[in-house]
Amino acid sequence: MSLQRIALVGQPNSGKSTVFNFLAGYRAVASNFPGTTVDVLKGKALVAGRTVEIVDLPGTYSLISDDRAEQVTRDFLLSGGVDAVINIVDASLLSRSLELTLELIELGLPLVVCLNMMDEAEHKGIEIDVDRLSARLGVPVVASVAARGVGLKRLLALLPAARAARQIHYSADVEEALAELVRLIQPEELQSRYAAIRLLSGDPIAGVDPEAGKAIQNRLAAARGEDSALVLSAERHALAMTLFENVAQVGHARIGWRECLDGLLMHRFLAYPILALILFLLFFGVYKVGGFLEGIFLPPLMDATDALSGVIPDIAGDILTGAFQGLWAGVGIVLPYLVPFLFFLALLEDVGYLPRVGYLMDTIMHRVGLHGKSVIPFLLGYGCSVPAVLATRILEDERDRLVTSALAVMVPCAGRAIVVFGLVGRYVGPAAAMGLYLINIVVVAIVGWLLKRILPGTGPGLIMEIPPYRQPTIRTLLGKIWLRLREFIVVAWPLLVITSALFALIEALGWTDQLNLGVRFLTWPLGLPAQTGVPLVFGVLRKELSLIMLSQAFGTAQLSAALSQAQMVIFSVFVLFYVPCVATIAALWRELGLRRAAYVLGGTTAIALTTGVLVRGILSWII
Amino acid sequence: MPNLLNAAFGISFIRDMEYNFPRVSLDALPPGRSGRVVSIRGGRGLCLRLGRLGLRQGAMVRAVTHGAWRGPLLVEVNGAQVALGRGIARRIVLQLLP
Repeated sequence: MSLQRIALVGQPNSGKSTVFNFLAGYRAVASNFPGTTVDVLKGKALVAGRTVEIVDLPGTYSLISDDRAEQVTRDFLLSGGVDAVINIVDASLLSRSLELTLELIELGLPLVVCLNMMDEAEHKGIEIDVDRLSARLGVPVVASVAARGVGLKRLLALLPAARAARQIHYSADVEEALAELVRLIQPEELQSRYAAIRLLSGDPIAGVDPEAGKAIQNRLAAARGEDSALVLSAERHALAMTLFENVAQVGHARIGWRECLDGLLMHRFLAYPILALILFLLFFGVYKVGGFLEGIFLPPLMDATDALSGVIPDIAGDILTGAFQGLWAGVGIVLPYLVPFLFFLALLEDVGYLPRVGYLMDTIMHRVGLHGKSVIPFLLGYGCSVPAVLATRILEDERDRLVTSALAVMVPCAGRAIVVFGLVGRYVGPAAAMGLYLINIVVVAIVGWLLKRILPGTGPGLIMEIPPYRQPTIRTLLGKIWLRLREFIVVAWPLLVITSALFALIEALGWTDQLNLGVRFLTWPLGLPAQTGVPLVFGVLRKELSLIMLSQAFGTAQLSAALSQAQMVIFSVFVLFYVPCVATIAALWRELGLRRAAYVLGGTTAIALTTGVLVRGILSWII
Repeated sequence: MPNLLNAAFGISFIRDMEYNFPRVSLDALPPGRSGRVVSIRGGRGLCLRLGRLGLRQGAMVRAVTHGAWRGPLLVEVNGAQVALGRGIARRIVLQLLP
């Protein structure tokens, strides 16, 4: 058999992405938060002298699930394009992880088990007989410590030996029900047993009438006194436990620095000032590093633009200058802030602090009708709204996903931060800029509270694994930063260059006045000059364009001559809330559907206008 | 006969006679104490989701800490730590262990 495509499957936090990074190079996001890897990542690796495709599938606890990220994994495995599966198992959680291994065995695909985090298991006093596990499962098993690269060469070497494990057997009554179901759904291929298992688990299969096996399901449920899905789950659990007891011995766990640290970081009350301090350091660090880098890159690029503008005359010259301005905006303004932010966030994620933030914020999130897991999309939203919207997939409840994405797109992303700090921070003062962030939090909380009234029905509440602290590896950190940065470089940057050139063209053709007039209904109530219309329109493409276009619209880099301080604040408030950028709109559309995405767009504009007018009123009253 | 007793006294009566340990819901388990899951009051979806994390009938659960201001609970089950909202913890019935 020739291997062409190998899939990595494992429970969240099993070190799956670390293994993937080792096998396939830098192109992956390793995540220490359940369900952050929602997209399928692909890479190439060399197995036995031949190139094979390695696919990193989202972390999953089970293949029978209503979770969207987990369905991605199951459907991919069932698509028929996978030649072998590497099951990454967290050895320190062996008994629980084996339940997924048993489900994979039921799929009938060739399997290799990678027993990862053997050092963790040792720390917990768990001693595992690897050969015995291999014999019992009937598939190759490799012990590894992926973070240090231990055992992964051996994993590669053993891949060609992957084989389908022997089928597992349940109790007599369950087997009887399965056999009846197989007869009922007309077996076409070997997969029929797996289809029967899924039916018994209450998991619908395309092409099979869900009512078909109801009678058999009900009979088993009546005999056992619980739902047939729970019967199967309990059976699998019992099998995994027996297997675990057969291959592992549990001694005494050691108490290390991590347990002591957690006592402090998860303390009932002390945890909150520490959380505030960490978040403050995160933002302070980003703006310090960002400001430093901007100071290095921006001045020479601006000089170059000035030099360029005189060289070529006519419209062509204007357009070229515009395009170049878009280019330096990427290097000089966006990257200096985006890179450090992604770095610090990836660090918090890989260390394992992010799920703890979710735990700590749960009680506060309940006030706005959400629970702790929603904090993760919000935090990601301070970097970029697109991953924030995608991260809502970690939420199980549909209403929670809608409310969280609607609120997360109002969290000021790096692009909006550039407007706030470049305009208000620079001309009014850093305190005013921080004030805008506070206003933002208050408004988001009020909107969340209102949405709780409009869309009642609370989700099921928080159920989230809190993984132990882990030492991040530089490899997975870089991989993660690169993957998120690539989105900006490939999608956003060209857009920045093109729109910048487009604006230069519109200006050269003298169309700016019409555009400004078109959005006067927004700028007039806010008390802003008509020229701010075009920057706001272009802000829909990229938020930071609002600032860059502003200096072009007024024809001066000294914006203090064109706008009063109050106008700057009002402009920034509006930018903070109104319609998210096109990339985010696309993500919203994909995740929520067209109608709901349209509601979010309309709602955010209304909120932006209301807040802007309110701030205008308050400012005119104060000054 | 057991069915009759159940109808008359409720399931808890028989279980208590069997084990003689008090029963509490998980949100009332004091930090540091352990219990064994007797039942989970919830539908299939909830039971499966909790089961995947090891929270199922017969599992040993230890309360690690309770979040402040009615925040979530941190519990340890099978060597893994799991955060649970109060509403969910209330649905998990334990038999308190000494």
